[in-house]
Formats: sequence, structure tokens, C-alpha cells
Amino acid sequence: MTTSEWPLWEVFVRSRRGLSHTHAGSLHAPDAEMALRNARDLYTRRSEGVSIWVVPSSAITASSPDERDPFFEPAADKPYRHPTFYEVPEGVQHL
Amino acid sequence: MTTLLPEKDRGGGPGAHEEAGQEAYQEAFDAAIAADERIEPRDWMPDAYRATLVRQIAQHAHSEIIGMQPEANWITRAPSLRRKAILMAKVQDEAGHGLYLYSAAETLGVGRDELLDKLHSGRQKYSSIFNYPTLTWADVGAIGWLVDGAAITNQVPLCRCSYGPYARAMVRVCKEESFHQRQGYELLLALSRGTEAQHAMAQDAVDRWWWPSLMMFGPPDDASKHSAQSMAWKIKRHSNDELRQRFVDICVPQAESLGLTLPDPLLRWNEERGHYDFGPIDWSEFHEVLRGNGPCNEQRLDRRRRAHEQGAWVREAAAAYARKHGEQDGDGRTAA
Repeated sequence: MTTSEWPLWEVFVRSRRGLSHTHAGSLHAPDAEMALRNARDLYTRRSEGVSIWVVPSSAITASSPDERDPFFEPAADKPYRHPTFYEVPEGVQHL
Repeated sequence: MTTLLPEKDRGGGPGAHEEAGQEAYQEAFDAAIAADERIEPRDWMPDAYRATLVRQIAQHAHSEIIGMQPEANWITRAPSLRRKAILMAKVQDEAGHGLYLYSAAETLGVGRDELLDKLHSGRQKYSSIFNYPTLTWADVGAIGWLVDGAAITNQVPLCRCSYGPYARAMVRVCKEESFHQRQGYELLLALSRGTEAQHAMAQDAVDRWWWPSLMMFGPPDDASKHSAQSMAWKIKRHSNDELRQRFVDICVPQAESLGLTLPDPLLRWNEERGHYDFGPIDWSEFHEVLRGNGPCNEQRLDRRRRAHEQGAWVREAAAAYARKHGEQDGDGRTAA
């Protein structure tokens, strides 16, 4: 039995209350409980977190880097979704 | 240090594509490097870029975990509880740094076991600095000040390395290293200002660690076979000699403030260059240690192999426990 037979986990850490969990890194562990303990030792040795999520890497579905352009393309030609698209006369406030 | 391992049938890989496709991938890669963008694990990358990174990150990871040994040697004999707690935290950090780096290497498609196996069989190297012995307590200080100081000088530019997972690992490592360097400096200062014998012990440690620390930057630029390509790929941002000079310039005034001298009679300020000149490095020693003939090469690897073998039952037990309880744990805590 070797570590490579231990699954890979992705670690997400909430640095303080009010903030989202952020991806911190990955680690190997035999089960979720050990993954949490290892994550605490590896990623929060200096009080970097108040909450940790561990997720099996195999459970993550990712967009392919190859499809990057066509996949995200629908957003590219819609500048009107940004407030800076609109012209506002000089002096108008609170808009 | 990153999200996903590259998939076996990597979407971006040219394997399934014809030659024309390969050229387009190469162009996209070159453009990303030129624009100073980061390469991420599932991006297409040239085989040689991948191999260079695996070699460098693996060697870096191995250095972190082998580097635990010379300092751990003094944990049981630390002169106070304060020093002992600090040293334990530092050695634990080195283990952590090794793990960040192994994770980064794994994003390139190599397995953790494969890497450890190559370390244990001597097919992959670690920094030759760790083949020197820690003879006195002052060596713990000299390692923190000089060895970690040299490592930081090397690693700060690596935070901007073109490979995303390596760069991110380096950001975390650098944040933690600065405590390592400071505790070493403080330790040496305490000895230097102590009794005559303590001062002599600090000076002896600095005398022994100075030259090996300068060798940590690698061979001179004209003899460094990987440097040019690594700089073109923006894995490396500065040449070996440039970083070595930067380190010398930083250390000279620090040595003065410690009340210690550096063992180089040719060390002097060069007004014209705006840098310190220093004496020639004995590269034959470097190559001897690299070849395995340093004072501790055998001991370090033996110890590492033994630790791995003796930990096997723990890994097996944890895996057996996970298998046994795996089916029953359907009710995991919800993420919130």
C-alpha cells in the first residue's frame, strides 16, 4: 500500500468569517477525515483559516483549457453588461 | 498546489492531433510566455518544458524533506524550550514545503510514489548543501541565516515563474521562510554576544557554511547547462551568478552586525561595480558532493529510506481503515 493509492483532495480554506472558502492547494489522504486533519497541518499552521473544505479531486468537473475561447465567448460581445458601457452626462450624481 | 491533475487523455495534448495542430499549440504556448502569462496544468506545453519543471520541482521538494534531517539532529539538544519550539516549527515547515512542491510536481503528470522512489534510488537529486553535517548548535543558526537566506534569494524570483502551480507554491514557501532566516540570525547573534566560547562556536559555524551556501546558486553562468533555456521559458528570472552576487551583497553588512566575519580574504567593496567582490569558489568540492562524496550523502539517504519503510505500516493501516469505513460514510458533513 502506497500513498499513490490514496486519493488526491483539493483543499479550500476560509481565512476568516465573512469571506468565501478559497482554494489553498491539494494533498493525499486515505479518507475525508484524514484529509481534513492533513489540511489543517499543511495549510493552517499560522492560523490562516477558520474553516476548511476538502473535496476529492476526482469529483471536480472542469472546463477544458482547449475550449477556452468558444466556451467563454458568449460573454465577450456584451459590453452592455458593464456599467462603464453607458454614457452619463457630466455632473449627474449617485448613478 | 493546484486544482487538477492533468488528465491521462489531456484535452490540450497534441497526441490526438496532427502536426499542424502541434504547431498551433506551440504558438499559443510561446505567446503566453511572451505575454508573461502563467502556464497552467491542463494547458499544452512542450515536452522539454514539462521535463525541466519536473526535474527542478522534484529536486526542490526532495531538498525540503532531506533538509529536515540536519536540523532535526539538534531538536533534542536545543538549549532552551523556546529554541526547541522554534526549531520544531521550522522542521515542520520544511515538511510542509516539501508537500506543497510534490503537489506542484504532480500537476505535471508524475506520481508521488514515483518521485519518492527516484529520490530513494538516487535517480533524482536534492540540494548538495544538506550533505554537510551539523556539528554544533551554532550550525542551526548558520543554516537559518545563510542556507535559508540563499534559498530565499533563489525562491523570491520563482514566485513569478511561468508555471502557475510552482509559482503559487513559492509564494507560500517564501512567506514562511522569512521566519526561518530570522530565527537563525537571532540565534547566531545571541551566541556572538555570549561567552568567548559561544562566539567562537558561532564563528566556526559561519566559516563552515559560507562557501557551501554560495554554491547553492549552482555553477557559474558559463558552466550552467540548463540556465539559458530556463530563462527563455521564464522558469528562471535571474542567472546563477546574478543571484549569488545579490546574496553576497546582502550578507556582508549582516555579518558585520552579527559581529562575525566571513571566511574570504578577497571579500571587499568594489566601488566601480557597486557590489562586493569575492574570492573564487572551489567547484571541485561542489562536484564531489554532487557525485555523492560529501560528508553525509549516504547517511541522509539511508535515513530517508528507513523513515519511509518504517512508516509503511501507518500508511497501510490508514488505507485499511478508509476501505473498511468507506461504504458507511455516506452522511458526510455538508459544506457551508
